[in-house]
Amino acid sequence: MNREDIIKPGNLVYEKPVLMNDNDMHYCPGCSHGVVHKLIAEIIEEMGMSEKTIGISPVGCAVFMYNYIDIDWQEAAHGRAPAVATALKRLWPDRLVFSYQGDGDLACIGTAETIHALNRGENITIIFINNAIYGMTGGQMAPTTLMGMKTATCPYGREPELHGYPLKITEIAAQLEGTAYVTRQSVETVSAIRKAKKAIRHAFENSMAGKGSNLVEIVSTCSAGWKMTPEKANKWMEDNMCKYYVLGDLKDVE
Amino acid sequence: MAKMKGAVVVNTDRCKGCNLCVVACPLHVLALAKTKVNAKGYNYAEEVLEDACTGCTSCATVCPDGCITVYRVKCD
Repeated sequence: MNREDIIKPGNLVYEKPVLMNDNDMHYCPGCSHGVVHKLIAEIIEEMGMSEKTIGISPVGCAVFMYNYIDIDWQEAAHGRAPAVATALKRLWPDRLVFSYQGDGDLACIGTAETIHALNRGENITIIFINNAIYGMTGGQMAPTTLMGMKTATCPYGREPELHGYPLKITEIAAQLEGTAYVTRQSVETVSAIRKAKKAIRHAFENSMAGKGSNLVEIVSTCSAGWKMTPEKANKWMEDNMCKYYVLGDLKDVE
Repeated sequence: MAKMKGAVVVNTDRCKGCNLCVVACPLHVLALAKTKVNAKGYNYAEEVLEDACTGCTSCATVCPDGCITVYRVKCD
């Protein structure tokens, strides 16, 4: 059987999600953002919610996310995505509302909005991309930067006396009464990507069922900020990030 | 057991040559083009071992830019 016989529409098993358009993504090669974008597009499509989903894009690398997935979007001020999501969900309870935020947006400038939106039990999903660095602005230290990790603003490594400790915001969220589902996933291997997809889908279904707020942290890479190849960055993430940010479900209310 | 035969089509214009699909493929079907680049200047991924592909979709799943389309047929 030759290649031409295999490449037929009937034999198609995987293609770029329909909701993901042909705009070239601005992300660096191998960036985890692309994988998560793809998962979100696939899940919305599978849930049949493409006409009823509103995403809130953050400030950070994912600021242009509205260019890549063909659903309704609202851009929020830096860190204020959960507040915008709260308003949208309250005004339109039948819509699937999610915010997509990085560690600088969610765990630094937007900590108050995040914690209070989660604590109020708003029926939204927050997707939290944790790559332990400020990618867009040139690799500065983030609240989630690991101990000893070198960035542009801590060139000798993060020290607790000077910079404090890495913030585990997902653990904090798990203790809040308002949260229904809090989980930490990663997207570096095929099996991890499948698990992350299930987690995001579960979170989306929870928010539509009115069970409370959902936080899905995705431990990600920033190969440009970490100054590694995408392949090495994935390995470094498994060896270092996943030890401090332990993967798995932290809370799942039935 | 029925044998699976697959084929991958890489959107070379969209590919950024991150090499993640090459690492993810269990059968080493893909490799980055050594001497060719796309309009963005990246050495894009291409199929080098066409017969080995089983259409497992690992490469397409890890591709951050959704450049890979996978086809699969069952051979008896």
